[in-house]
Amino acid sequence: MGSFVLKRLESIDIASSSTRPEDSHLKDRQTSSFADDRKQGRTLALEDLHLAYGQREVLRGLNLNVPSGQFLAIVGRSGVGKSSLMRLIVGLDKPTSGRVSIDGALVNGLQKSVKLLFQDARLLPWQTVLSNVGIARSAGWRDAAMKALSDVGLADRHNDWPAVLSGGQRQRVALARVLVGNPNVLLLDEPFGALDALTRADMHVLLEKLWLRERFTALLITHDVAEAVALADRVVVMREGRVVFDVDVNAERPRLRTSPELAELQSRILREV
Amino acid sequence: MSSPRLLQGTVERVAPWLVPIAILILWEAGARSGFIEARTLPAPSQVAVAFWESAKSGELGRNVLISFERAMIGLAIGGGLGFLLGILTGVSRHAELLLDSGLQMLRNVPHLAIIPMVILWFGIDETAKIFLVAVGTLFPIYLNTYHGIRTIDRGLIEMAEVNGLGKFAIFWRVLLPGAMPSVLVGLRYALGIMWLTLIVAETISASSGIGYMTMNAREFLQTDVVVLGILVYALLGKAADSATKLIEHRVLAWHPAYHDRAAAN
Repeated sequence: MGSFVLKRLESIDIASSSTRPEDSHLKDRQTSSFADDRKQGRTLALEDLHLAYGQREVLRGLNLNVPSGQFLAIVGRSGVGKSSLMRLIVGLDKPTSGRVSIDGALVNGLQKSVKLLFQDARLLPWQTVLSNVGIARSAGWRDAAMKALSDVGLADRHNDWPAVLSGGQRQRVALARVLVGNPNVLLLDEPFGALDALTRADMHVLLEKLWLRERFTALLITHDVAEAVALADRVVVMREGRVVFDVDVNAERPRLRTSPELAELQSRILREV
Repeated sequence: MSSPRLLQGTVERVAPWLVPIAILILWEAGARSGFIEARTLPAPSQVAVAFWESAKSGELGRNVLISFERAMIGLAIGGGLGFLLGILTGVSRHAELLLDSGLQMLRNVPHLAIIPMVILWFGIDETAKIFLVAVGTLFPIYLNTYHGIRTIDRGLIEMAEVNGLGKFAIFWRVLLPGAMPSVLVGLRYALGIMWLTLIVAETISASSGIGYMTMNAREFLQTDVVVLGILVYALLGKAADSATKLIEHRVLAWHPAYHDRAAAN
């Protein structure tokens, strides 16, 4: 039956999992996650990336280096290839040419060290909140999932069905799900785009807190420049499949959204988008 | 629980029975006044007497049991096969290419049309009836299982992949539970077809079962027994439907449509 499932997945264009990292990789990561050293970010290098779907060129020679533990925001209009870039980094798709490497190792197939937070929460409706968070079912998943749920403030909802949660709560469950995997690189694909402004502000605080604690390398895709400037160490602007603007944000954390420097930076970035 | 809520609960429990009971009363009154002739349609009280007598002699129980047994064995074989084939064509492109169009062709043959062939193949014993029920129940379950697996949100499969789930884990935790609502719709369709097939099969060739009982009664103009047989079919159908609803409530407890009011509050 296994091969049938695989064929089925290939038939709907999901990358083959034949190149999945070995189990030993998983064990390494588990031991490291229990160590005191919380500086678990990895460096990410994207070199001359090209990606084309048929005639349509999505990425045209994109170069980007992200140091370990950096919080990078990628800003761009819709359709400039931001989401495609995420899929390349996590290993769901392969670039037409160019290379993606994490800590110097070439990305080939799905990456265990990289987790992706989708725009929609993508919870399994037929599993409880706790089972959704511990979806990978690694050893001791219940405790780990419970801990991640209390990190996002939803420990008391662990036994609920996803259907009874609000949109913001669902996205927090999805955040707990990526955290439980102790990602070294966390990709966030417009994760708060569908939330209302107040919930979004709460999510920003939560994400910043968790990032400061875990120090994973974070890549946030957004079209909200204010969000990018409020959260990121560095903002890049993507246009026509390339990085066209790159700026560091040196403001102290926690940041005041109303500060004049940030407002000035925002308008500079907006001019580039 | 407050009293308005209790009242509401009682109303909800009683309401579905009001129309059937009213029909029964009108029917009895019509038969007693001679408005409805006994040979056309016996009074409910006569049917009740027929029920009592055939229940007392054990004839009714025996016939119900044999019909129920045929129905269940046929459903188990046909439904099981349909489910397996549906999974196969749902998860595998190759199996779909190989099997689906053939199955779709067979599906469109009215399965009762093959009764003459079935009698030639299996004679008129148990196998023939079980075969017909199996053929009738296979396709609704096959089609809904296949459709259920094919329509699962691709985003969920992708999410499972990114989170490191293997092929088996994706099948057990994403594909199968995601297909269940559709599979259960198929089961409910199959149950309807199951009883229909059995009635026809038993009235054509049988020496036991509810269908046989009613056909036999017709020969002796025992209209009360005929009506009794029809009522038994109705009750069996209703029981099967309730059983599916029970299964749905257990299997689809996660689905918003099945959330208990208490849990939602």
